[in-house]
Amino acid sequence: MTEILDRDPGFGIYVHWPFCAAKCPYCDFNSHVRHQPVDQVRFGAAFARELATMRQRTGPREVTSIFLGGGTPSLMDPQTVGGILDAIAAEWTVPQNVEITLEANPSSVEADRFRGYRMAGVNRVSLGVQALNDKDLRFLGRLHDVSEALHAIELARANFPRLSFDLIYARPGQTVEDWSRELERAISYAADHLSLYQLTIEQGTPFFALRAAGKLSVPGAEQAAQLYEATQAVTAAQGLPAYEISNHAKSGAESRHNLIYWRYGEYVGVGPGAHGRFIENGQRIVTFTERVPETWLDLVERKGQGVTGGETLSRVEEADEFLLMGLRLVEGINLVRFEKLAGRPLEPRRIAVLREEGLIEPVGNSGLRATPAGMVVLDAVVADLAR
Amino acid sequence: MTKTPLSRIRNFSIVAHIDHGKSTLADRLIQMTGSLEHREMKEQILDAMDIERERGITIKANTVRLEYDARDGQHYVLNLIDTPGHVDFAYEVSRSLAACEGSLLVVDASQGVEAQTLANVYQALDNDHEIVPVLNKVDLPAAEPERVKQQIEDVIGLDASNALMISAKTGLGVEDVLEAIVHRLPPPREGEAGDPLKALLVDSWYDAYLGVIVLVRVIDGVLKKGQTVRMLGTGAKYQVDRVGVITPKMVMVESLGPGEIGFITASIKEVADTRVGDTITEEKRQTTRPLPGFKPAQPVVFCGLFPVDADDFDDLRAAVGKLRLNDASFSYEMESSAALGFGFRCGFLGLLHLEIIQERLSREFDLDLIATAPSVVYRMNLINGEQIELHNPADMPDVMKIASIEEPWIRATILTPDEHLGAILKLCQDRRGIQADLSYAGSRAMLVYDLPLNEVVFDFYDRLKSISRGYASFDYQLTDYREGDLVKMSILVNAEPVDALSMLVHRSQADKRGRVMCEKLKDLIPQHLFKIPIQAAIGGKVIARETISALRKDVTAKCYGGDVTRKRKLLEKQKEGKKRMRQFGKVEIPQEAFIQALKMSD
Ligand SMILES: Nc1nc2c(ncn2[C@@H]2O[C@H](COP(=O)(O)OP(=O)(O)O)[C@@H](O)[C@H]2O)c(=O)[nH]1
Ligand SMILES: C[S@@+](CC[C@H](N)C(=O)[O-])C[C@H]1O[C@@H](n2cnc3c(N)ncnc32)[C@H](O)[C@@H]1O
Ligand code: SF4
Ligand SMILES: [Mg+2]
Repeated sequence: MTEILDRDPGFGIYVHWPFCAAKCPYCDFNSHVRHQPVDQVRFGAAFARELATMRQRTGPREVTSIFLGGGTPSLMDPQTVGGILDAIAAEWTVPQNVEITLEANPSSVEADRFRGYRMAGVNRVSLGVQALNDKDLRFLGRLHDVSEALHAIELARANFPRLSFDLIYARPGQTVEDWSRELERAISYAADHLSLYQLTIEQGTPFFALRAAGKLSVPGAEQAAQLYEATQAVTAAQGLPAYEISNHAKSGAESRHNLIYWRYGEYVGVGPGAHGRFIENGQRIVTFTERVPETWLDLVERKGQGVTGGETLSRVEEADEFLLMGLRLVEGINLVRFEKLAGRPLEPRRIAVLREEGLIEPVGNSGLRATPAGMVVLDAVVADLAR
Repeated sequence: MTKTPLSRIRNFSIVAHIDHGKSTLADRLIQMTGSLEHREMKEQILDAMDIERERGITIKANTVRLEYDARDGQHYVLNLIDTPGHVDFAYEVSRSLAACEGSLLVVDASQGVEAQTLANVYQALDNDHEIVPVLNKVDLPAAEPERVKQQIEDVIGLDASNALMISAKTGLGVEDVLEAIVHRLPPPREGEAGDPLKALLVDSWYDAYLGVIVLVRVIDGVLKKGQTVRMLGTGAKYQVDRVGVITPKMVMVESLGPGEIGFITASIKEVADTRVGDTITEEKRQTTRPLPGFKPAQPVVFCGLFPVDADDFDDLRAAVGKLRLNDASFSYEMESSAALGFGFRCGFLGLLHLEIIQERLSREFDLDLIATAPSVVYRMNLINGEQIELHNPADMPDVMKIASIEEPWIRATILTPDEHLGAILKLCQDRRGIQADLSYAGSRAMLVYDLPLNEVVFDFYDRLKSISRGYASFDYQLTDYREGDLVKMSILVNAEPVDALSMLVHRSQADKRGRVMCEKLKDLIPQHLFKIPIQAAIGGKVIARETISALRKDVTAKCYGGDVTRKRKLLEKQKEGKKRMRQFGKVEIPQEAFIQALKMSD
């Protein structure tokens, strides 16, 4: 499928807002709770400075998408958001049709703020709904209930041309039956995009400690697989098929920004704990920034950026990342691009074994993708192909 | 020549079960005869290697010359030869004993006679030793000297009425031990100083400064510095560089005369050039009456040793070479295995020997090793009349060519408190044992069993220890080869045979062994993307089977925005892990799985 190769994966800007009203017990994102009000003016100025510094490294580029993620970006004042978007537009070319997503928590949604974000330029909202029953929302430590979530969905639909929301499934004791019904209901509220994540117990989180203490049991491999398969079946039947492991959309409604990651395009990451990947002097480089918000702020104010690490990727590393991300997509990867990055083709013997097991399949002459069976065990498939 | 008349020399050894106090008594004797200054004393002086000292076993024979002024006003020279008191080194023990005229039989007065007590005392009797029973540890409240005396009489058939009662620890009665050595043990039999030299090669070892050191016992003639000697067994000729005695410091002397024990160095390159039991004589005037001769070391147990990390192969090669320098009874040849890569097939005198070598390799040479299951030496009688020895199950000839297979048998002696007897009988029975004798001494049972060695190398000793809660003692000697219904059991992973896991087993044991191995592997081999049958088979017939189900779910649900690094690091770790795996057809088996599967216990 030459079209995959030819398609420019794009150039995105990721901005990380690292604050939340409360820390969810499953979350290991770079999010922090502050009991003093955050000085948004100072942070806004720091974002602008770090963006300017990044611009010097990337050179002039046309931006395909902007993503304001977190944390809880919907805790930002619309002016802060506007300032950030203005700063981006001042540094790079931002075309009319750019995708600008903002992550929002249902508990922090107000009609006025949504209107403000829209005015500032945001054209897509991703809402952290997580569950459609109050018991599970409480279990997940969320600050909102179902009615607030539905209200937020309604408001978002009224204000933004595009809307997605997130659900977390494979909760303790959740049956395929329960989940399928909840999912169908969610789809009835959905616009054209949904993110459906299986609950992952991350090291260092309260859930991790609970599980270690035997006080939390999550579905085992078989149950998790069945839930995953049910998810695929329900969403496909309702016209929201997966285009990535955990992401579903009507054709054309995919998140362009996230596609940049999966298609291994280029992106700049600013804000505390943000990651970037872009080409500099002909080589793909990695950037990441200081995670602690105040430390990051101080760094940026003194040095113009909070970047604490950067390295150029070796061929093998780049090829690994390409494979890792690309095979998450239903469209698969282009093998010619893999060979170019890796300097070697994938081992035909491994491809043969995996094909024989029905886990991967060719796409056109030079494409390769995981089959639905392969998707459920993708990490193992990638590990097999990557060496 | 040290001018000690024969009548004032006593050459003796101490025989004991492990931990009954042999080393402690030796220390005490050294101390009381003033052979070492106080500050030079450390415990267990004669156990030179760390492993010996730690495990309380003597691997090499060792000697110490004690100067003793007896109560009769005379000065005596007492040569103590400390022997490796373990069956694996039975031949070495017998040569050490051949260098002496008497033995102290040390028995722990709180424990009584144990299996090694018996094995060792019978060896001493075989060498015509005069024996003085010594009851040690009488300081312990649990000591029952009278009962143990009775036991010595009942079980061994020795007169114990004159047994000494001592505490090697406190020193109580040790003076009497010295007196008993002088008065109850005989001096060396008359030797002729004027005769051609005839000396017994007792042992040899490698010393970093002096090279190969040979421990000798002179029978006839005189051994001098500068002399040209010939070893009758190997035929090699050497010029003697040094002659000395061990006090336990090495002290050079001019010569050694009949009845004396000492050492020589003679620019001998390797320990392997010397043979324990060989006769040393003068080149110019050779003795016409050589000693019974030496027996070449016969490896009894074999196993493959492989480096965990293939890059360590050269280090392993260097290490086994070094060990062999000092231990000619250990043999090795290169082996290559599809499962484990390059390594060595090594031969040992027995299980303890195997364990010691393995431990030294990891300890002294810092090597991470995988050892395959120990295997005995089988004799294959082929249809064409040939007989071949099989050291490695992987080399088994085509069954169609085999007329019969013989395996080594042992005679085992087990002493146990009688409450464990039932369980032990069952264990021996399960291991194809044939009872030869069962007798009682007080509340202890003495059990004699004939057993196939093949069943003993497979975790017999560990099982015995565990079912008797450590109270049973065990010793054995090789007896003969007997024909057995032995079959090669192969292990197939996803239909591919895994060479390192194949073994020869008795047909009656095959089902159980096969089942245990398949169950173990099922837990040890990680799930793959497809299901993996694991089978144990004899020829084409599957006797046990397990299946590892295919991975059901393994995918990261959420993506951390642009943080690909985290996922890549995970992938790199997985790739690293895969490097430590061996590929069998489509299946990757972690090295750790081999290590665990090859552990003998079930
Ligand atoms: N109470 C007591 N302990 C002793 C005596 N002799 C040796 N031991 C202890 O018994 C253990 C084994 O002694 P050792 O000399 O190493 O025994 P070997 O294995 O025969 O050489 C050590 O812990 C000694 O300290 C003794 O007379 N009385
Ligand atoms: C970057 S988070 C932030 C979104 C927003 N702060 C919120 O929680 O509503 C994006 C999404 O990841 C998902 N997520 C976070 N932690 C997760 C976990 N441990 N297991 C599964 N999904 C998780 C949630 O659905 C969440 O909405
Ligand atoms: S609101 Fe979102 S980012 Fe914040 S703690 Fe909860 S899951 Fe994490
Ligand atoms: Mg000892």
